[in-house]
Amino acid sequence: MASLLRLLTCGSVDDGKSTLIGRLMVECGAVPDDRLPRSSALDYALIADGLEAEREQGITIDVAHLSFETPHRRFLLADTPGHEQYTRNMATGASNADLALLLVDASRGLLVQTRRHAAIAHLLGIRSFCLAVNKMDLVGHDRGRFEAIEGEFAALLDRLGGGACTAIPVSALNGDNVVTRSGAMAWYDGPTLLEHLEQVAPETEEALAGFRMPVQLVLREGGQRHYAGTIAGGAVAAGDTVLIAPSGRTARVARIVTMDGEVARAEAGDAVALAFEAQVDCSRGDMLATPGDPPTEADQFESTLIWFDETPLLPGRQYLLKIGTQSVAAAVHEPKHKLGLDTMARLAAKTLEMNEIGVANIWTARPILFEPYERSRALGGFILIDRISNATVAAGLIHFGLRRAENLHEQASSVTPARRAALLGQRPKLLWFTGLSGAGKSTIANLVEQKLHARGRHTFLLDGDNVRLGLNRDLGFTAADRVENIRRAGEAARLMLDAGLIVLAAFISPFRAERDMVRAMVPDGDFVEIFVDTPLAEAEHRDAKGLYQKARAGQLANFTGIDSPYEAPEDADVRIDTISTSAEEAAELIMNWLERQPG
Amino acid sequence: MTRDHLRRLEAEAIHILREAVAEAARPVMLFSAGKDSCVMLHLARKAFFPIRPPFPLLHVDTGWKFREMYTLRDRLAAEAGMELIVHRNPDAQAQGINPFDHGAALHTDLWKTEGLKQALDQHRFDLAFGGARRDEEPSRSKERIFSLRSASHAWDPKRQRPELWSLYNSRLGPGESLRVFPLSNWTERDVWTYVARERIAVASLYFAAERPTVERAGALLLVDDDRFPLQPGEAVVQRRVRLRTLGCYPLSAGIPSDAADVEAVLAEMAASRRSERQGRLIDHDQPSSMERKKKQGYF
Repeated sequence: MASLLRLLTCGSVDDGKSTLIGRLMVECGAVPDDRLPRSSALDYALIADGLEAEREQGITIDVAHLSFETPHRRFLLADTPGHEQYTRNMATGASNADLALLLVDASRGLLVQTRRHAAIAHLLGIRSFCLAVNKMDLVGHDRGRFEAIEGEFAALLDRLGGGACTAIPVSALNGDNVVTRSGAMAWYDGPTLLEHLEQVAPETEEALAGFRMPVQLVLREGGQRHYAGTIAGGAVAAGDTVLIAPSGRTARVARIVTMDGEVARAEAGDAVALAFEAQVDCSRGDMLATPGDPPTEADQFESTLIWFDETPLLPGRQYLLKIGTQSVAAAVHEPKHKLGLDTMARLAAKTLEMNEIGVANIWTARPILFEPYERSRALGGFILIDRISNATVAAGLIHFGLRRAENLHEQASSVTPARRAALLGQRPKLLWFTGLSGAGKSTIANLVEQKLHARGRHTFLLDGDNVRLGLNRDLGFTAADRVENIRRAGEAARLMLDAGLIVLAAFISPFRAERDMVRAMVPDGDFVEIFVDTPLAEAEHRDAKGLYQKARAGQLANFTGIDSPYEAPEDADVRIDTISTSAEEAAELIMNWLERQPG
Repeated sequence: MTRDHLRRLEAEAIHILREAVAEAARPVMLFSAGKDSCVMLHLARKAFFPIRPPFPLLHVDTGWKFREMYTLRDRLAAEAGMELIVHRNPDAQAQGINPFDHGAALHTDLWKTEGLKQALDQHRFDLAFGGARRDEEPSRSKERIFSLRSASHAWDPKRQRPELWSLYNSRLGPGESLRVFPLSNWTERDVWTYVARERIAVASLYFAAERPTVERAGALLLVDDDRFPLQPGEAVVQRRVRLRTLGCYPLSAGIPSDAADVEAVLAEMAASRRSERQGRLIDHDQPSSMERKKKQGYF
């Protein structure tokens, strides 16, 4: 049986990559006659360029996954486009590849694109490179030209941190040294491209010695539980004792179960189900490991991020982080720097735009289990998902944990929030007023607080303007500062809820994601979203503080509604239409709503 | 690199099946009783052993499958102990849509594309496993393993989510759903090699035998039941043929063949210069027809 080689192919536009892949596949017999290009050699490219839109534009715009095989090897090829704006596809293809096949046009030499592609492939852990120096026919099959490019690439690889590289002079158009040897380059005595790909033993990351298995799901058969997952490192045998992280408990493996019968031992790459001798607590997101050699656990870590989305990184915003079988809320600090991929220079950065790569610290809502990416792609690579659009906005590689959380233990208090609230005789609530500047949030919140106070309720009003004068004095009005403003307000409100208070918070809070973040911070059902709905024209007309006038005159930047967006709540608990409702009526409406709530 | 590639593909497929089930609210497996379906069902039984795969099977039927496929479908579902849902588009039924009178395009659109959307909506399935492979057809080569579909079941190649490592983003907005393809990285050859190795039962139509056929427009159609209307000058002739893919019988042409078992099929495939879907009459209506079908919601 043939072994599997997963490879990534990349090159700049017009390097002839699609033609090379087309030829490789045709000559290996992987392309049936009824799908063969009609006649001209250029049409080889059509085999790799699958989508209609791509054929129209004559470029490759997405990763194509192609298979072919020889008696010696089965190849799984991720063909990625050369266009700069599709860098994310390169990272996608590289994430699962053992080897990168890079194309260079002999007549043009190494281009900025080539350097970027090599850098991304190296960053994602590829240490085996094959450099196909194409279009040798255009440089008269010149040996000196080939060796100069080969030397230049070896130097580039050294700067990236090293790796193995084999360079091969080819002409995809004529088929020289692709599958068959070329008479035109008698000076070259190395393997053809296909011979090399059939024989190369790719350098991979140092395999993890210790056993690692992220638990995917628990299969319950009567009283017996089986823990299913794919082994990410090491091996496990029946009778072994394994550690269950993060709980730290241990269990003895009674059986390794498969449909073909029990097996004595399983190793990295196997998808298995384990039964333990005794019942223990273990579920999806936990990781099984060798006792005494637990995976790293941290809630703050340094990572390299590759940004995919059109919406840039917003430091402080909550994203969903997925790593192995764990999913957790996470936020990204302002980047330490971004990478200039052509020179590998560290550049200053406040954010990351689409297709940019940078280094930043990340913190998660609870500790996660991982290994540094350099030791394990499966346990050190993660994706970030936007909580509203659900798009995969970034991929990340964890370098190391910052271990700050270990020294900060939450102070457990024996007087609980519930007991404090009981003493005050009320159910804590966070009434969150959102709306444009001048919509009437503070006015209405003030009236509601007076009414609550008159009924003997213990309240506190957190007003956006007042908080900005004190706690958040250091923050401005950029999107990132607005996120941090709301995060701190949310945390302050949460402490007051714990104290048993009914908190009224009046903040423009223009972004849905941050309002959802505050909702997630406080106990379920405590967050009440009140949308003070005043159309922009009306708020601007009132302009009690003269702010709209200033913003229109260009004296105030990032003003919500003018040059910064307001994302209206889609499903507010209470909506106040301030055109048809007076402030007093609005306060009564909210009081009535509160009285209808249970508790 | 010592383990052979089929073991790696098998482990990958099992990982995908488990990941999808762990994250979906209402998963379902599309099941047509074709060879890819049979391999996918086998992998599902392995993935969840010792329990039964925790989802039902769904057959979007057209009423025009080969008779043997119905028998095999029911037998395999029963053997797996899984619920089998059969959906037939009532509109297509009422209008009597069939491939002979209405052509491949309309027949496929109403029975299969519309029928699939109806079934998924009716049962509120948020994830459907399919046996499609990336080597089948050029537009499939760009398909994700977890493929997002809009509330109207459309596929937007430009809105596909990047897929790195073995991490799959299964988050859905209102009405959206996922198609998940555990066999994405398999080839036709891998499927047959695996069928042989694991002794998986597949329809005998894949193997050569004397069968009643009619030659029409260069294709050898099988006369699978008495609904086959003969055109003037046509005659039913016994020929030794096999099917390379199975769909609706009037749309799946046989190929002349002597390959009577899996080993012979593998040998024939190694020597063949034609693509697997050569006998499929639905792919060739117009250029890029598969890509258009997928954008409309075809599996």
